Amino acid sequence: MSAASTAEAPAFVAKTKTGRITDFVDARVGGSGILREFGRKVFPDHWSFMFGEVALYSFVILLLSGTFLTFFFDPSMAETHYAGSYVPLKNVEMSVAYSSSLNISFDIRGGLFMRQVHHWAALLFVASIAVHMLRVFFTGAFRKPREMNWVVGSVLLILAMAAGFTGYSLPDDLLSGNGLRIIDGVIKSIPVVGTYISFFLFGGEFPGTAVIGRLYMLHILLVPALILLMIVLHLFMVVVHKHTQYPGPGRNDGNVVGYPLGPVYAAKAGGFFFIVFGVIALMAAFFTINPIWNYGPYDPSPVSAGTQPDWYIGFVDGALRLMPGVIGDFHFEYVVFGYTLTLNVLLPALVPAGILFTVMFMYPWIEAWVTKDTREHHVLDRPRNAPTRTAIGVAGFVWYCVMWAAAGSDLIATHFHVSLNDVTYWLRALFFIGPVIAFVVAKRVALALQRKDREIALHGRETGRIVRLPHGEFIEVHAPLDEYKRYKLVGFESPAPLPAVPNEHGIVTRKEKRRAFLSKWFFEDRVAPATPAELEAAHGHHGHPAVGSAEENKSLSH
Amino acid sequence: MKALSQKRRHPLAVIALLLMGLLVTGGLYAVATTVNEAKASTTSYSASDTAEGEKLFEANCATCHGMGASGTQDGPSLVGVGAAAVDFQVGTGRMPMQMNGPQAYKKPAQFNEEQTHQLSGYVASLGAGPAIPEEHLLDEKGDAAAGGELFRVNCAMCHNAAAAGGALTRGKFAPALADVSGKHIYEAMVTGPQNMPVFSDANVSPEGKRDIITFLKQIESNGSPGGADLGSLGPVAEGLFVWIAGLGVIIGFTIWLTSRTS
Repeated sequence: MSAASTAEAPAFVAKTKTGRITDFVDARVGGSGILREFGRKVFPDHWSFMFGEVALYSFVILLLSGTFLTFFFDPSMAETHYAGSYVPLKNVEMSVAYSSSLNISFDIRGGLFMRQVHHWAALLFVASIAVHMLRVFFTGAFRKPREMNWVVGSVLLILAMAAGFTGYSLPDDLLSGNGLRIIDGVIKSIPVVGTYISFFLFGGEFPGTAVIGRLYMLHILLVPALILLMIVLHLFMVVVHKHTQYPGPGRNDGNVVGYPLGPVYAAKAGGFFFIVFGVIALMAAFFTINPIWNYGPYDPSPVSAGTQPDWYIGFVDGALRLMPGVIGDFHFEYVVFGYTLTLNVLLPALVPAGILFTVMFMYPWIEAWVTKDTREHHVLDRPRNAPTRTAIGVAGFVWYCVMWAAAGSDLIATHFHVSLNDVTYWLRALFFIGPVIAFVVAKRVALALQRKDREIALHGRETGRIVRLPHGEFIEVHAPLDEYKRYKLVGFESPAPLPAVPNEHGIVTRKEKRRAFLSKWFFEDRVAPATPAELEAAHGHHGHPAVGSAEENKSLSH
Repeated sequence: MKALSQKRRHPLAVIALLLMGLLVTGGLYAVATTVNEAKASTTSYSASDTAEGEKLFEANCATCHGMGASGTQDGPSLVGVGAAAVDFQVGTGRMPMQMNGPQAYKKPAQFNEEQTHQLSGYVASLGAGPAIPEEHLLDEKGDAAAGGELFRVNCAMCHNAAAAGGALTRGKFAPALADVSGKHIYEAMVTGPQNMPVFSDANVSPEGKRDIITFLKQIESNGSPGGADLGSLGPVAEGLFVWIAGLGVIIGFTIWLTSRTS
């Protein structure tokens, strides 16, 4: 609107007082424009799309409950004698940090509830991020144009783990102190610089008197700020890219089918916040988490049985537990130029996590390189329709779960009455062969499901109704699918392997050969969707001319 | 105790100490030579107790532990294990052993109190060993905080800081300590059953043991201030719970929210 036209047009005056206030604000911040734009933003409806929201809401709850906790928590490592109301620790020497955590639990109204809300929300935060990432991976939502957002999401996962770990250590109880000691050991195992980093971090020899205060600053300032920044970037990109959608009739890479944000989706999302809050509050009210009073104050000498990190660090702990100290006569500790190299700490602590995160960050580019696919994708893949990707994901997931299970090896042993040693041996074997088995099985299952889909698309659904024909033959009647259901079964792409092609100089480079090899590995086993011609032939054969003309099928199968 | 320590510089203290030393050595010698008279216990066993105990032993225990409890290939000698060991093993049902394995499981006791008493009397009569603890050590009126510290330093590495139990190597384990009587806890500390080390009175004084029992009973009767304790198993149980129950409920809600009325 130009200045001239504003001057000519009679100024709009709202009828009610509320209207006038709203108009005043709107004229200054342009709210209606933003609302109009956002209110029309369309979100597809599917339950698996909501885990990102769960993570976001958990984070909001973490900020709120965390702020409450900062009012009463004192990160000092100065020594004190407990004078609160929990009798079994009366007058025990402890740090001020632990004492104030106990006071939050026992002497501050609602303190224990808030602590438990904070901790359960933290576990749920990371868990929902993990499930969200699995959904994105298995449906191929990381493909162009969302590769960058996948990276931002991966960074968010790491930041969430960092936030969790720094928070886990703050109460300065025995459990968290043991965890910190393990981290100290891992840091010290880094060649050459490890001991220097450890001394820098702890302000001297472990445990020192500085580390809780430092972790506190990271936990309440730096890490949440970075998470917020990443969330803003993440959501900004979601708005720019628009949401992905599952394949279905009328859905393509050029549209988004769903509900607009306003009013239905906004109401749903707002209500969902309170549902998540309610679930966390119920868990916090009825189930104890991190009972620090059981563990006692940190003291470097005792180590409790059943000492584990929170679940999201568990896979690293599990890898450490799986690592043998020696294999026969072969040992993993060397002295090189006067420096001790402890591979039996360094390897398990850093290598599996390193591989996992590297593959996670790189995967969108790896797949794009193999497939040479530079198109934009807004319609998702059903996991079965990308068998090799699904198999890679399942293999990685199983690998992670083996390490994860290893973190609870002692509890597996006690609760199933088996030998701890045997649990370890089995998990060591599964660490190597588990992902291979998982890959093969997942790929075969995906291909089998595709074949089943194809079968159903071509011949219809088995009704279980047996009919005897006049000449004595028995047949089962297959009911044809309706067009909408059939679209789901035939509307996907099944790329064939791309052979190596020479570059502009007419040379097939070694890299291109590797790509062609991987492409073959990816797409060699494939089940093509039923083509319109096949559909027509199949339906013609069964004598169902009414099912759909060839023309209709053609439009459905793309 | 206090009176004793105040008078430790008394001129006669040296003589008293010397006398005590002689008595102890002599006493121990006497105990070692005359096994049948040895009783380091305040619980008294009558001759009929011992005789009845011997009959019970021969009928139920001698298969593995041998006649006269001298041990066989299948079971150790019980000479000198003391009444406390028998009272613990038989009283908690670990003996007679259910089956051979890395560790004897706790089960309903096979013998009643009187029979257990008789068996203890018989084994105690074979050689001196730890006696059944006196009542005042089991009154659960010690210092719970001091007991907690002793527990964390000496016991928590196997039994878990919340006494929820833990795994040992090759199928062995440290059991959870809830619902274990103070007497059995004390006896376990002085006799070191199964894979447990012995915590002699030089390691942990009788008062220290009383404090530990006080601590364990207090955390047991306190319950869990924060709600259901999920077995006091720490972060593994919490992680399982958030994945299965927490996320499970939330997935239910997401399906409800995105379902369409059709």
